Amino acid sequence: MSSKLSFYVHIPYCARRCGYCDFNTYTPSELSISSDLSGVSRTYIDQLIKEIEFAHRTLTQDGSHSPITVPTIFFGGGTPTLMEPTDLGRVISAIGNHFDLANGAEITTEANPDTVTPATLEALREAGINRISFGMQSAASHVLAALDRTHKPENVERAVVGARAAGFDEVSVDLIYGAPGESLSDWEATVDSALALPITHISAYALIVEDGTKLGAQVKRGEVVMPDDDETADKYLLADEKFTGAGFDWYELSNWSKPGSHCRHNMAYWNGSNWWGVGPGAHSHVDGRRFWNVKHPRAYGERINAGADPKADEEFLDAQARASENVMLRIRLREGLRILDLPQSDRLDELEDYARAGFIDQESWRENRIVLTRTGRLIADRIVRSILF
Amino acid sequence: MPAIPLANAPQPAATSPAQIRNFCIIAHIDHGKSTLADRMLGITEVVEQRNMRAQYLDRMDIERERGITIKSQAVRLPWRSGIDGQEYILNMIDTPGHVDFTYEVSRSLAACEGAVLLVDCAQGIEAQTLANLYLAMENNLTIIPVLNKIDLPAAQPEKFAEELSKLIGCKPEEVLRVSGKTGVGVEELLDQIVAQIPAPVGDATAPTRALIFDSVYDSYRGVVTYVRVVDGKLTPRDQIQMFSTGVRHEALEVGVISPEPVVSKGLGVGEVGYVITGVKDVRQSRVGDTITMYNNPAKQALAGYKDPRPMVFSGLFPLDGADFPLLREALDKLQLNDAALVYEPESSAALGFGFRCGFLGLLHMEIVRERLERESNLSLISTAPNVVYNVTSGDGKEIVVTNPSEYPDGKIEKVEEPIVRATVLAPSEFIGTIMELCQERRGVLLGMDYLSEDRVEIRYTLPLAEIVFDFFDQLKSRTRGYASLDYEPVGVAEADLVKVDILLQGEKVDAFSAIVHKDKAYAYGTMMTGKLRELIPRQQFEIPIQAAIGGRIIARESIRAIRKDVLAKCYGGDISRKRKLLEKQKEGKKRMKMVGRVEVPQEAFVAALTTDADIDKAKAKAKE
Repeated sequence: MSSKLSFYVHIPYCARRCGYCDFNTYTPSELSISSDLSGVSRTYIDQLIKEIEFAHRTLTQDGSHSPITVPTIFFGGGTPTLMEPTDLGRVISAIGNHFDLANGAEITTEANPDTVTPATLEALREAGINRISFGMQSAASHVLAALDRTHKPENVERAVVGARAAGFDEVSVDLIYGAPGESLSDWEATVDSALALPITHISAYALIVEDGTKLGAQVKRGEVVMPDDDETADKYLLADEKFTGAGFDWYELSNWSKPGSHCRHNMAYWNGSNWWGVGPGAHSHVDGRRFWNVKHPRAYGERINAGADPKADEEFLDAQARASENVMLRIRLREGLRILDLPQSDRLDELEDYARAGFIDQESWRENRIVLTRTGRLIADRIVRSILF
Repeated sequence: MPAIPLANAPQPAATSPAQIRNFCIIAHIDHGKSTLADRMLGITEVVEQRNMRAQYLDRMDIERERGITIKSQAVRLPWRSGIDGQEYILNMIDTPGHVDFTYEVSRSLAACEGAVLLVDCAQGIEAQTLANLYLAMENNLTIIPVLNKIDLPAAQPEKFAEELSKLIGCKPEEVLRVSGKTGVGVEELLDQIVAQIPAPVGDATAPTRALIFDSVYDSYRGVVTYVRVVDGKLTPRDQIQMFSTGVRHEALEVGVISPEPVVSKGLGVGEVGYVITGVKDVRQSRVGDTITMYNNPAKQALAGYKDPRPMVFSGLFPLDGADFPLLREALDKLQLNDAALVYEPESSAALGFGFRCGFLGLLHMEIVRERLERESNLSLISTAPNVVYNVTSGDGKEIVVTNPSEYPDGKIEKVEEPIVRATVLAPSEFIGTIMELCQERRGVLLGMDYLSEDRVEIRYTLPLAEIVFDFFDQLKSRTRGYASLDYEPVGVAEADLVKVDILLQGEKVDAFSAIVHKDKAYAYGTMMTGKLRELIPRQQFEIPIQAAIGGRIIARESIRAIRKDVLAKCYGGDISRKRKLLEKQKEGKKRMKMVGRVEVPQEAFVAALTTDADIDKAKAKAKE
């Protein structure tokens, strides 16, 4: 395998579940464990470390001893900050013990603005984490309520400022737009207050209603009405305009950063690089093989404790699947997609139409690349379908 | 006991005409004809009790399910009259009950000397029954008026006996009262058939003439031709000849239906039975034709053979383009049994390859479509039905247009459309409603008569095109189901018609074009553009939808461009899922038809081309 491997570390715990969330995460009551997760942190981290050892064994079993460099680590969830910072540090150390943790590696954790204090932020820095991403979501309390988020809007500023004070140079916030009840001006206020923070990176997602979530059920029953797509499109345009104006350039459809502050870990996903996801339900990609772990923490723990592979299933990408993924992912990036890399050469007329209609950047088109404009990004999936079939 | 065991009854080819009575039953759907026929089979003991089943004579599933008879049948019933104690042979010739099959009805009538006019005494006579009654009277048939279902609590025998007596000029007390269900009055009816209906008259020594009144394809036997012998006789091994075509066949088998086929030594004057010649296609043995002998042909054919003329046209397309050969095969098979069905291949830019089919009427169209779908397991799209137009273009050229796409561009000198004479029977409280509907549909009132105190017969001339377009559904819904309709073609008339085209992004979509009256062009245009706006999904550009007459736009709508078609998040674990979603969308895209750059879902064509009533029916079906 290539000599680089990123790590995603999944922390599948949340104090409570948000209505829109379909991530593989569990509340203490769902797992019948104590509400402060005491006792879980240590055992769970031990399991993660065992999987890191397992990853190492798997990747070196062909006898190759060429060093594997780890450029990025990302703690996601769930709520990683429910774990003791020192426990997160143990994971980083374990990775460093078995792999070659790169100098200046990007090590990110997601964090809930409510659960961090100056002390925890210090401790996270001390554990080796150098990038932090806060789930801000919205500055409007009625929108936060609609999303089931419990934090207070004012805590976000305190958390971000605290992170800077603790020495985090890379601070990001996550925003969600298009929640039920959110007006265009609510969203504008959210964008403005995010831009007022001392941050280097912003992710902003249109809310997706997923099957199997509380929100999904409410929408199906007609109890909640989602804002229409045109309004959500307006929100995207507004955000992109404001972020860009404030010096945050888009580098992926839903991500903006100050120069040089893009998330290198996420770029690894979109570039088709290798990564290993540790923890229940975590996905991995190694050289055209995608595999993912069993979902439930208990099942995962049993496998790990028995010394078994926690993998639930896997798939091998054939040339066609790789080509599809390449189009699907790269078209979302600022660098765009080379026309040379299109799997089918007979789509140029259709693409020409998109370029003429302002969905593909004219300059990139002349240079035989497909880089989407603001409006083009909003219909990226449609353009992908035009390219692929 | 008036029944005679079959073996002892007078045998075919050895029954004198004086012993024969040929009759048919004229009745509306639901008025109990099949039940009465069942009862007659039971009472005459041609069907043993243990073999009896409901609607014994209706052979096709579709006949039983819809409770209507599509193909007529003839059954030989031996009967000893309760009046004179003599033995007789009654030939009951079943007639199709629907207006679309008027020609077949008229041939059935021509094979009889009498008709039982059967009317449900809770409902009274219906328009189609009336039409068939007039047909029977024109054929000089003896009419025996009968009220059925006298066992029903809602029966009003006095009222409807009065109505019938007025119609046929008899006394109310001469109207028989029966119950097909309980059997009350059925023996008396059989006796009256013997007493009132004249015996057939013919010349046994003259060259053979036999009238074909039905022709059915059987997959084992080939075509079974039902005949009524007028002169001479028909025996097995005869070299027979079809009068219309001159084609010669050998009579491989001759027999009677009683009610299962019974091979006989032949058929004599006045007798009714079947002939099998081994031909495979009913068009070689057509209803109305005369059979004669090859070696000793008759000089003159029996009255009136005519080709049934298709009146309504519609395109039938397989939902899955790959099924086109299957559809052709299915139509070929159906045509073996349905001489009235015509079709030719057609291709539509929007719907692909299919067939333009001609039908006798709307019911015929529905039955054909249903049989194709059911018997060949096809899913079909049918385009909105239209009639035949005679178009004279500016340069004096005449064109017969059976499909809007054949309508010439440029200057039109004149257009003629088929006209029908429609008869509506309904309770008098609906006169206003019915007249309003007929006026809306360009009708011209011919007259109105009271059948009884509270029932009227309203006569209109109407363009057939108006009837074809949901007239019957409207009539039924506006009269709470009480009105009945019959119509017969009475020629063509010049009309102010135009072709309305529908354009998507400036491109004409042939499947949506329609020929409509000038005054209704605007309504059609707004209806269709509005429907399409709902049915076509938004795309990355705005889609203008226009209705146009020639170069003139009469209605427009537009589908706004889609602005958001992207899933915002795509992280590690989302990638596989997203790729699989794409693969699924690929299937969806396959079901889209491209009209220029516009993707139009198959369902949009189906929904736009069917009437709202059809959509409701489809919905109801889906719910089952």
